[in-house]
Amino acid sequence: MSNDTKQWFIRGLRDGLPIGLGYFAVAFALGIQASGAGMTALQSTLMSLFNLTSAGEAAAIALIGAGTTYVELAFTQLVINIRYLLMSCALSQKIAPDTSFLHRLLIGYGVTDEIFAVSMAVSDRLSPAYSYGAIAVAVPGWTLGTLLGAVLGNVLPARATGALGVALYAMFLAIILPPARKSKVIAGVVAISMLASALLTLAVERLSLTFLTEGFRIVLLTVLISAVAAWLFPVVAPHSEEVPS
Amino acid sequence: MTVHNVFLAIAVMAVVTYLIRVLPLVLIRREIKSPFIRSFLYYVPYVTLSVMTFPAILGATNVIWSALAALAVAVVLSLMRCKLPVVAVAACATVFLVELLPFV
Repeated sequence: MSNDTKQWFIRGLRDGLPIGLGYFAVAFALGIQASGAGMTALQSTLMSLFNLTSAGEAAAIALIGAGTTYVELAFTQLVINIRYLLMSCALSQKIAPDTSFLHRLLIGYGVTDEIFAVSMAVSDRLSPAYSYGAIAVAVPGWTLGTLLGAVLGNVLPARATGALGVALYAMFLAIILPPARKSKVIAGVVAISMLASALLTLAVERLSLTFLTEGFRIVLLTVLISAVAAWLFPVVAPHSEEVPS
Repeated sequence: MTVHNVFLAIAVMAVVTYLIRVLPLVLIRREIKSPFIRSFLYYVPYVTLSVMTFPAILGATNVIWSALAALAVAVVLSLMRCKLPVVAVAACATVFLVELLPFV
């Protein structure tokens, strides 16, 4: 391993650590849910290891518990997780164009909301070693959390799990707000996105537009708002520190 | 086909989710030249993370007050450029402490 690769890996480990801890807490709750729905500990652990998606797995647990079809399950995952497609498109421009096929296959496994977030916050070109570092702590956190939740059930008091639930959101804020302070455009984009998300969520609840699942809402607003922002405020050099002010 | 084998169901989910994640990475192998698409992808993380955070954070705790307090703490610390783990831990601690208050 070259020195440079090693440093990228360590950087990924470091940024992945809070993700791994947050995942552990969320996965613990997921594991409890899974055993409640009749899944064995082995099943829920494998599900977490191979899927690595909180919203997708929560939906799958509900569907499997209630009885479902393979097609319905596949379609649900597609709708809930389609946001990863956008994230991967953005990541494809963040990594070096000569990144090998194998590296691309491996990075792809680790495209989660949180790993994507820290990856995009890196100011240079992204090295695959960074993703591997983040994956190396995030995946054990997620998988072991699920296993322990499934096996131990409700040993953690609700107070503690509730407190851990905000960790991942706090992390998102720590990623988007510092650049928002530097750039009025980003600040505006963040504010409008949150406002639109709140209004749409309210509309979905009031008008019971159940077809607009959370995953679908995220994609809809991301495409709409990013497109308008790109049209009004084109960015000259997306990889530099330079942002439209 | 009704799900009888949970392991097969897990495999189906995993394939769908992995394909969504990996296809753009293996198909888009060069730098995109279009200024519009480049700008679009530049804004994607900011919009996605904002949309995912709010209003979802308000429902992430046992009571809304602790979530609001954690949101405020996380916003202030983020604007002060505190490190990521610091913001995360401070937000969790806020929830824990607020929920200890007798009137919450």
